[in-house]
Amino acid sequence: MDLDFAPEHDALRAMVRDFAAAEIAPHAARWDQRSEFPLDVVRHMGELGLFGLVFPEAWGGGGGDFVSLCIAIEELGRVDQSVGITLSAGVGLGANPIYRFGTDEQRHRWLPDLTAGRALGAFGLTEPDGGSDAGATRTRARRDGDEWVIDGAKSFITNSGTPITSVITVTARTPEGISAFVVPAGTPGLTVEPPYRKLGWHASDTHGLILDGCRVPADHLLGEPGAGFRNFLAILDDGRVAIAALALGCARACLEMAVDYAVHRQAFGQSIGANQAVAFALADLDVAVHNATQLTYRAAWLKDQDRPFGREAAIAKLYATEAAVSATRVATQVLGGSGFIEDHPVARFYRDAKVLEVGEGTSEIQRLVIARHLGLPVHAGPADRR
Amino acid sequence: MNVIVCVKQIPDPALPGALDSSTNTLKRDGKLILDESDSYGVEMALQLVDKAGGGEVSLVSMAPNGEVSGLRTALAMGAAKAVLVSDPALQGSDALTTARVLAAAVGRIGGADLVIAATESSDGYTGTVPEQLAEVLGLPSVTFAKHVEIDGSTLKASRQTEDGYDEVECPLPALISVTAGVVEPRYPSFKGIMAAKSKPVDTVTAGDLGVDPVGWAGAGQQISDVAKAPERAAGEIVEDDGEGFAKIVSFLENLKVI
Repeated sequence: MDLDFAPEHDALRAMVRDFAAAEIAPHAARWDQRSEFPLDVVRHMGELGLFGLVFPEAWGGGGGDFVSLCIAIEELGRVDQSVGITLSAGVGLGANPIYRFGTDEQRHRWLPDLTAGRALGAFGLTEPDGGSDAGATRTRARRDGDEWVIDGAKSFITNSGTPITSVITVTARTPEGISAFVVPAGTPGLTVEPPYRKLGWHASDTHGLILDGCRVPADHLLGEPGAGFRNFLAILDDGRVAIAALALGCARACLEMAVDYAVHRQAFGQSIGANQAVAFALADLDVAVHNATQLTYRAAWLKDQDRPFGREAAIAKLYATEAAVSATRVATQVLGGSGFIEDHPVARFYRDAKVLEVGEGTSEIQRLVIARHLGLPVHAGPADRR
Repeated sequence: MNVIVCVKQIPDPALPGALDSSTNTLKRDGKLILDESDSYGVEMALQLVDKAGGGEVSLVSMAPNGEVSGLRTALAMGAAKAVLVSDPALQGSDALTTARVLAAAVGRIGGADLVIAATESSDGYTGTVPEQLAEVLGLPSVTFAKHVEIDGSTLKASRQTEDGYDEVECPLPALISVTAGVVEPRYPSFKGIMAAKSKPVDTVTAGDLGVDPVGWAGAGQQISDVAKAPERAAGEIVEDDGEGFAKIVSFLENLKVI
């Protein structure tokens, strides 16, 4: 049994950590305050190969494993959750569907820019009336000659409106079932709505989309007609592990900041970390960070071994994201008043953490997935019986 | 143009260091990383080779336990190959022995148009190895280079001094030591990290290089004692009675800064 990272994993972690400390940390508060998407940093991440990490070299990628991607997301997320989700979504939701389900012609057309970080892709699944209930997709696509005509609306779509967004993969109902289509940015009939005002992830780009008679050529159908549902379930398993890595970065950052504060902050003639009330809370937090680490990288490793990992992905996502939310609560409590002031990054992490329990499947959906793996006949509602 | 960069792999400065009380030397048994002060030399070498339109950057290093993680960082930045001298007998080597060993490693690569070192390492701080290495190699040396250009077979450098800088020239091949901040070191890309896995690291002993004696046996120095740095003395507080400025001027004059 070998639980060590490989030397190249350590080298990647060191590089991303140095990069995040020098190029992201000094600016994170400003981007957050101004809801500014850090385009230059995203481009720089592309030059370093982060957006191509897991893809074969033939498509401009780095030929790395999924563990490597999780390391990069964790280390970015340790400094700035918005930058972490930008990478996670750019790789997992932007490039990955085209790589996994596209034809070689489609890969040639769209992948090189996405894997180089010169362009960003987005994935439009969630709708105003349905998120986790993806089978309830209302967006429709109909064939008209050599084109598909798409009508509908999508909600909370990450990376869909950046200056370098090139394509958005949207799911839509067709006679065969749910299908996926690649919609290039700027296609007539596609409206990218103004950015949301969010509780957190301020420097991440998120929009609603409206598709009104939006026409794409027939060859923009991604994967087999009707295979969209099955395909995006596979994409979501990857995404859950990536979100677990992002949550792990959040929890680890909170632990480090809280320990540092508890050591240096003096009260009643001693550092507050000398109090068991503080010390034990941080010991418990360390346990949670260790657990989240093992669960996340075990799930990523299973994927790299081509072994089933759906259950482990759900467990890692559920545990790591709830640990992250707890970690932000503990850290802000240890920091006292300072934790409530936006001058300290811990306040930003507090706001950023909540969505981790929601995106890529809520905690409740993770529990549903896990319970089903236990053989329990549990379902989310009448439309979920299958 | 071929450039050789001397790189040191040191204990992570972010972690608390420890001295071996039996030898009064720094413990180096944990994982070592590339000395940040050497990353400037690696970057400068890569830029000079790039500008010259051909050639390659090689590394020489001396480290215990066959440690290569710091070398892999420099290889991931773009260096082509490395010679690592790793030998338990090297324990206790002084600066001059280090220079002799590195000179032999440079020789093993077959020399180069330019050898680059940092002005000093971030763990030992003797700051003497570059000049000693130049002497052993019989090369002209330019220390504290803050700007470097290659013009044919001539090296032109701006050399940092206390008052400003000197513009100096010397023929190639030569050795320079470069100051921190001379260039902005690149981050190793992921492709660079993956490529570094298969780049050749020629690991040899001092004996393989024919350097003898080394380590404590070859050292012209011994570390007789290690003492804690004295606590900084309390500063002088001057009450401003309307003439405070005169006291400040006098204080600065005493320091000979004005």
